[in-house]
Amino acid sequence: MRKPVRVASGQGFWGDWQEAPALQVREGPIDYLMLDYLAEITMSIMQKQRDRDPSAGYARDFVPLVEELAPELLEKGVRVVTNAGGVNPEGCREALVEALRGRDLPRPLRIATVVGDDLSGRLDALLAAGHELANMETGEPLEAVRARVQAANAYLGADPIVEALEAGADVVITGRSTDTALTYAPMIHELGWGREDWDRIAAGIVAGHINECGAQAAGGNTLYDWRSVDLVVPGYPIIEMEEDGAFTVTKHPGLGGRVTWATVTEQLVYEMGDPAEYITPDGIADFSTIHLDDEGGDRVRVHGVEGRPRTDMLKVSIAYRDGWKATGTLTYAWPDALAKARRADEILRARLERLGLEFDEIRTEFVGAGACHGPVAGPPPKDLPEVELRVGVRAGRRDPVERFTREIAPLILAGPPSVTGFAGGRPRVQEVMAYWPALVDREVVEREVTVQTTEAGGA
Amino acid sequence: MKVRLGEIAFARSGDKGDTANVGVIAVVPSAYPVLAREVTAGRVKEHFEGVCHGEVERFELPNLNALNFLLHRSLGGGGTVSLMLDAQGKTFSTAMLRMEVDVPDDVLAEAWETRPDRRREDG
Repeated sequence: MRKPVRVASGQGFWGDWQEAPALQVREGPIDYLMLDYLAEITMSIMQKQRDRDPSAGYARDFVPLVEELAPELLEKGVRVVTNAGGVNPEGCREALVEALRGRDLPRPLRIATVVGDDLSGRLDALLAAGHELANMETGEPLEAVRARVQAANAYLGADPIVEALEAGADVVITGRSTDTALTYAPMIHELGWGREDWDRIAAGIVAGHINECGAQAAGGNTLYDWRSVDLVVPGYPIIEMEEDGAFTVTKHPGLGGRVTWATVTEQLVYEMGDPAEYITPDGIADFSTIHLDDEGGDRVRVHGVEGRPRTDMLKVSIAYRDGWKATGTLTYAWPDALAKARRADEILRARLERLGLEFDEIRTEFVGAGACHGPVAGPPPKDLPEVELRVGVRAGRRDPVERFTREIAPLILAGPPSVTGFAGGRPRVQEVMAYWPALVDREVVEREVTVQTTEAGGA
Repeated sequence: MKVRLGEIAFARSGDKGDTANVGVIAVVPSAYPVLAREVTAGRVKEHFEGVCHGEVERFELPNLNALNFLLHRSLGGGGTVSLMLDAQGKTFSTAMLRMEVDVPDDVLAEAWETRPDRRREDG
């Protein structure tokens, strides 16, 4: 019987709470720290950064974090698994090696990188070889947007991470690994699960889904009884996975946050598609088989998870340039705040038309008067203290969007009264990155995946 | 009694492209059959009229006393294409809880009894 393995979540997205990883390492025992930095859109942002600076393109926050924690990680035997590498895992490793150069550590830190998820340089070869990379939602072949592709990354599974851990890595840096694999790869490695042990892999996937959004499984953003959760210094979730695939969701007792059936269930249904078909590169989890037992004391037991075999395909996340957009806001005060905001919107639209500007979409929302729930909220209450006018435009060309950004400020002196809220200056023009989900044969990706290990510090 | 769905359920929502997902969870197990009966795909489509421009799919999770809904074509194109304030559908959860549902008195009483927030407001 192997000892349960404790995998702690320390980041749920790029920009998450900076203190969480250190608290996970310092406030109680854990074996692994998983740090998820990547959302669908993150890769294209990182690719843009790398286009400007070839050494960039990864989650920069990760480097000072490990620089600070390295001695403790080595003393406590805590290993880190992260997708902080973004579109440049090697650049991330180089920066970390540089940061640790000459540092006095108990022993050198072994850093592994996983490379091979980036398909942007292989797209033409793949298309020529008959891989259509058709859009999973529309069926359209990639040819339609090929020239505008900004980033293309396959979601890799656990294999390369497990390989890195077997080679003794203290820190594993990947690019576009499947978020959940950051949690279950250490479990496969530590608990000796077979790669066709579909129920255990599925349990790992469920655990990964709970961990991948940071505090969201431990009281953060929890609707149920939200007033009573202390979120000043929240404990992020920790999974204690057992050899047979049963596990406990918990958090460090000294920290805030909360783990109950309600907080865990809310996270389980988050970004859920068909619950019986939660597909990852390593297997399919059936969320309709999950059993939860709230044991009290911030401990929720999860068991009975069933899974099915993995498929022969990997998901590919492709981002392509799809025009430009900008959003401008102004705030109108009582009395008749909503009527003033509406009038301002009419004037703005008429001026845009007068200029002969063409947009794919102009969208107006009245924040404070039903922008979130829209028509579902019904008519807004009368006599609102203020309303924010929020107008967004999108176009295939940059020029009309740029021109739009100059039409917001004039409304202050040449528009309805009682207006404020323009301290931020002209709205920023943003390039739109559209998302193209596709599938590719697993084999053509996996044969090019490599794992490299280097050492840093400890001199 | 006719009450808002939020009296017997809580929810969390998120996005996948232009599709919003809304998970609805019963506050007590006895409220799950009421959810399953009242909150049909058709009613959700009607509830989100003017917001959801595509199909509504419903999945049942009796093991979690929860339902999962997919609201297609609801996020103005999704991702960075969308001009919506809530481009990621984060507030679809509470929009869902505005729905009016018919709840047996005993189930409602049990739901209220169990909910810590409700107890505090009453006390």
